[in-house]
Amino acid sequence: MSVLIAGASAAGLSTLEALRRQGYQEPITVLGAETHLPYDRPPLSKQYLCGDWDEVRTRLRPEEMLAKLDANFVLGDPATALDVERRLVSTESGRELSADSIVIATGLRARMLPGQEGLAGVHVLRTLGDADALRRDLAGASGAGDLGDDSSRTQPRLVVVGDGVLGAEVAATARKLGCSVTLAGPQGAPLESLFGAVVAGLLGELHAAEGVELRLGTAVSGLTSAGGRVTGVQLASGDHLPADVVVVALGATPATEWLVDSGLTLDNGVVCDSQCRAADGIYAAGDVARWRHDGLDALLRLENRTNATEQAACVAANILGENRSYAPIPYFWTDQFATKIQVHGLPSADADVTVAEGAIDERRFVTHYRRDGRTVAVLGWNMPKQTRLHRAHLVQT
Amino acid sequence: MKVIVDQDKCVASGQCVTAAMDVFDQRDEDGIVVLLTDTPPDELAVDVHQAAAVCPALAIVVED
Repeated sequence: MSVLIAGASAAGLSTLEALRRQGYQEPITVLGAETHLPYDRPPLSKQYLCGDWDEVRTRLRPEEMLAKLDANFVLGDPATALDVERRLVSTESGRELSADSIVIATGLRARMLPGQEGLAGVHVLRTLGDADALRRDLAGASGAGDLGDDSSRTQPRLVVVGDGVLGAEVAATARKLGCSVTLAGPQGAPLESLFGAVVAGLLGELHAAEGVELRLGTAVSGLTSAGGRVTGVQLASGDHLPADVVVVALGATPATEWLVDSGLTLDNGVVCDSQCRAADGIYAAGDVARWRHDGLDALLRLENRTNATEQAACVAANILGENRSYAPIPYFWTDQFATKIQVHGLPSADADVTVAEGAIDERRFVTHYRRDGRTVAVLGWNMPKQTRLHRAHLVQT
Repeated sequence: MKVIVDQDKCVASGQCVTAAMDVFDQRDEDGIVVLLTDTPPDELAVDVHQAAAVCPALAIVVED
């Protein structure tokens, strides 16, 4: 019996830890595309981007704890193919790794704008390397070398393209760093399609009060550049937003291109049964996995940190023969400026939103999202403990 | 078994309380973790390890 885990981030490492915790003593190999030891991604847009944390602090586990897990870490070598029949993964460097069970935990790849690749000053934010490059660019793009007529300008002008969670977090962190920040995207307010108009409206007010210029409600049509460096963002409305640095935060797609010839069902992720099994002996966990959630009777794929850990634990149990269905209450959080928003369940813009505790005016409240007569989500704004207590309203009936 | 929490790392998700409510709690005002006991009885070992595993901020260390 042996296990190969393709992916050395939160889901991959959690699978390894859960297997060892449950007493599994056979060989485990963890294959990672990046050269770094396993690190945590949520801080990349916050503590790491603003410089409060160094690289060591982003590590998921200290080296001595990793060593105790007694796994063979193969890092800096992306998986390139999977032979389902032989349970064999090929890698970029030519390795062929086989195992009795294989876990697919290759995560996501950031979406890009057409013409973005190779253009200086434009960034996505998914990896530690991405965060380093953005940090350097924000520190260097003070505008001092700009020959433009605005010689008094010293703040780097950052335009964030994308009004979702990541875009809003990057905008908030960049304000903290002293950048002049514009947030552009198609929604009426940040995260509106997820949170609905009321809560998203409050988030927009928060950003505006903290000095972020909101250019929302209009699509971005492209980037402008000169001499190989970005100069701004073109909006569909015809307006142009000048920029020294641009962050493209338009979401991400499951990293499944290495699986196209595998015969696995790929449809917005690796499609799995309710036990996170993609084929006999092949499992998927984390951002890349789209599995049948029995409680919701639907295929679900979650891009959040807690899911990576919880799903990995379920996969580990099933490798060990438990046949456990995975039906979690989704949870994610976002920190923007001094505001912490926590969400249990699946909110949506068409749900009815009511305040269940606290008060919106005090910017400290818990809301319930109701759809078709059921509470489908609980969202807390600067009220963590109380929000968790309201989670009980979501427990499956 | 000894439990150590790092309140600076804690992101107030409350996942630890869900996993082991006799060992962990949250501050009312900001949700940061509060350790109810740093030497929980052995029968809670599974729950406490589960709490450490699900903490999204890796703020809980359990020494056996």
